[in-house]
Amino acid sequence: MAYAALDFYDVNELLTEEEQMVRDSVRGWVEERVMPTIAQQFTAGTFDLKLAKEAGELGLLGAHLEGYGCAGMGQVAYGLICQELERGDSGLRSFASVQGSLAMYPIHAFGSEEQKQKWLPPMAAGEAIGCFGLTEPDFGSDPGGMITTAKPVPGGWVLNGAKMWITNGSIADIAVVWAKTPDGIRGFLVEKGTPGYTAPDIHGKWSLRASITSELVFDDCKLPEDAILPGSTGLKSALMCLSSARYGIAWGAIGAAQACYSEALEHAQTRIVYGKPIGKFQMVQNKLVTMANEITKAQLLALRLGRLKEAGKAHHTQISLAKRNNVHMALDAARNARDMLGASGITDEYVSGRHMANLESVITYEGTHDIHMLIVGMELTGLNALGND
Amino acid sequence: MKIVVCAKRVPDSAAKIRLAADGKGIDPQGVEQVISPYDEIALECAVQLKEAGTATSVTVLSLGPKESTKDLRKAMAMGADDAVLLIEDRPFRDPTATSEALIEALRELQPDVVFCGWKAIDDDSSAVAGLIAAGLDYAYASFVVKVEGADGGLRVSREVEGREEVVMVPTPCVLTAQRGLAEPRFASLRGIMQAKKKPLIEKPAGGGENASELVSLTEPPARAEGRIVGEGAAAVPELIRVLRDEAGLL
Repeated sequence: MAYAALDFYDVNELLTEEEQMVRDSVRGWVEERVMPTIAQQFTAGTFDLKLAKEAGELGLLGAHLEGYGCAGMGQVAYGLICQELERGDSGLRSFASVQGSLAMYPIHAFGSEEQKQKWLPPMAAGEAIGCFGLTEPDFGSDPGGMITTAKPVPGGWVLNGAKMWITNGSIADIAVVWAKTPDGIRGFLVEKGTPGYTAPDIHGKWSLRASITSELVFDDCKLPEDAILPGSTGLKSALMCLSSARYGIAWGAIGAAQACYSEALEHAQTRIVYGKPIGKFQMVQNKLVTMANEITKAQLLALRLGRLKEAGKAHHTQISLAKRNNVHMALDAARNARDMLGASGITDEYVSGRHMANLESVITYEGTHDIHMLIVGMELTGLNALGND
Repeated sequence: MKIVVCAKRVPDSAAKIRLAADGKGIDPQGVEQVISPYDEIALECAVQLKEAGTATSVTVLSLGPKESTKDLRKAMAMGADDAVLLIEDRPFRDPTATSEALIEALRELQPDVVFCGWKAIDDDSSAVAGLIAAGLDYAYASFVVKVEGADGGLRVSREVEGREEVVMVPTPCVLTAQRGLAEPRFASLRGIMQAKKKPLIEKPAGGGENASELVSLTEPPARAEGRIVGEGAAAVPELIRVLRDEAGLL
C-alpha cells in the first residue's frame, strides 16, 4: 500500500505550491530509492553514498542556503525535506542535517570567499561530504568546556584534541572543527588526509545504524593559516549552526512519527484478534488518536516556527521548544506503534522498531531533551539552571 | 524540433476509488491526482531529447480542471519549457471530443512531434493519440520504447508481441509512450524554482459534441472469500477433489 502521511488539519493547504512540490518530490524519491533498502542498510550498519549523490542532484543538500550551487529554498521547504528524509530514516536525515546545516552553513556564514567557492558547490552536489566536530568525549551538553586546542604557529595552526559522536566523520572530505585558540573558540576546516587527523568509526550502535558515526582525533595536526573560518567568533558561531540543524530535526521527527502512525493504523485495521480488527479495541484507538493528536500539534508548531524563521523572527529558545516537543512526540509514537504491531514490530519488515531505536539518538543529540527544557526554562524565568553562575 | 506532450490528470493508481453518488464519475474526496504515468514517461523522453539537442522545446498540454495547473508546474519542474491548460467545462468528455479540443490547441502550437502516453490510466480508452494523428494527418507510431533523432524525422523502436520493431517516422508525427521508454525523474529543487517562472497559459477547452455518452460506472464484483481446505499433505486429496469437481480445472 502506498504511503499516505497523516494530515488531519490539512496543513498541506498552508504550504505554497512550490513547498508542496518539494515535499512530493522528496517523498517520491524516498519511497523509490530509500525504502527498498533502508532496512538492510540499518542491519548492515552502512550508509549508501549513492544516496548522498542523488540527494545532491535533487538539490536537497544545503537547500536553505543561497548561491554556490545551493537551491536557495525557504525554511519551510527545508523543513519539509527533513520531514520526508526522516520518514525514510533518521540516519539519512542526520546525514542531510550535518551536511547542510552543520558543515555547509558555517562555511556559508563564516567562511572566506575562497572557502565558499572551493567547498559549497561540491557539497551541494553531494560530491564532497562534510562533518561537524564540536562535542568531545568529556564535553557534550557543555561544549564551552572543550579541551581541543588550535595553537597559532608560524604559517598556520596546530590542532590537538578529540571530537566524539561525529555523524559522517570517516566519510567526510571536510570537517568543520571547533577548537580553543588564544582568542576564544573558533571554527577550522580540516581536510581528509591531513597528517595528524584520523577518524575512527564508533561501532556497536543500536541506533542510527544507517549512518556513520565517528571520533575525530587530532594529534599535532598542522593546518594552514587559511584553515580558520574567518567569520567565526566564539562558541556562539557553533551554536548558530546547531540552531539551524535543530530546526530541521523538529520537522524530521514529524516524518518519523507519520511513518510509524501510518504503519500502526494499517495494522490496526487489518490484524484480527478475537475475531475482530485490533482497531476495534478502545485501547488501540486511544493510542492511534494520541499519535494523530500529537503529530498534528507538532506539524502546526513546526510550520509556525518555519514561518517565523523565514521572517527572521525565530528565537533559538523557540527552536529548542520545537525540537524538544517534536522529537519526544515522535519517540512516543514509535514506541506505541511498535507496541501495537505486536511481535511483528520487532522485525525489520516494519519501520517502527527502526524509528524507535533511531529516535533514542535524535532525542539525545543536538541538545538533549532535558537541556532544551533548561534552555526554555532560562528564557521563561530569567534564571539559568545550566552552569555555575 | 518542437515537441508537445499531452498529459492527463488522473487519480493516483494507489488511490482507493469510490464511485460518486450519480454513478457516472468517481468521488474525488481524498483521491490524489497525478499525471498519468505513461504521459509522464512521454514527458521524460521529450525532456531527454531536448537535453540531447534533438528537440528545441518541450510544451506540455493538458485538458482538465483548473487544479491541473499543479500537474503542469510539476511537468515544467521536470523540464518542460512551458504549458497550456485547456480548462474542462463538462462532467464527461469522450475520446472524440477530447481529441478535437487537443487538435484545436495543437494547430496553434504547430509541433513537430506530439507525444502521449499509450493510454491514460483512468479510462484506459487508448484512443486519443490515434484520433489526434488522424485529425491532424500526422504520422503515427504507438507503443514506443526508444526514440532517436534521424534525418527528416525520428527513428523509433516499437514494442510488438515477442519482438521489437524499428521504424522511421517522418515529422510531424504522433508517438505514444510505452513503459521502458524512459524513467521519469524526480523534480529537482532547481527545476521546481525554475518552474515558477515558466509560462503557463490557461484557456477554455474547445471541441465538438461527445460522440458517445457515459451510461454508468459500476464497481467490480467483490472477490469471493478464499477457503482453507486443510493443512499439509492431508489436505491434498480434498484440494484435488475441489479443483476437479468444483473448479473443473483438472
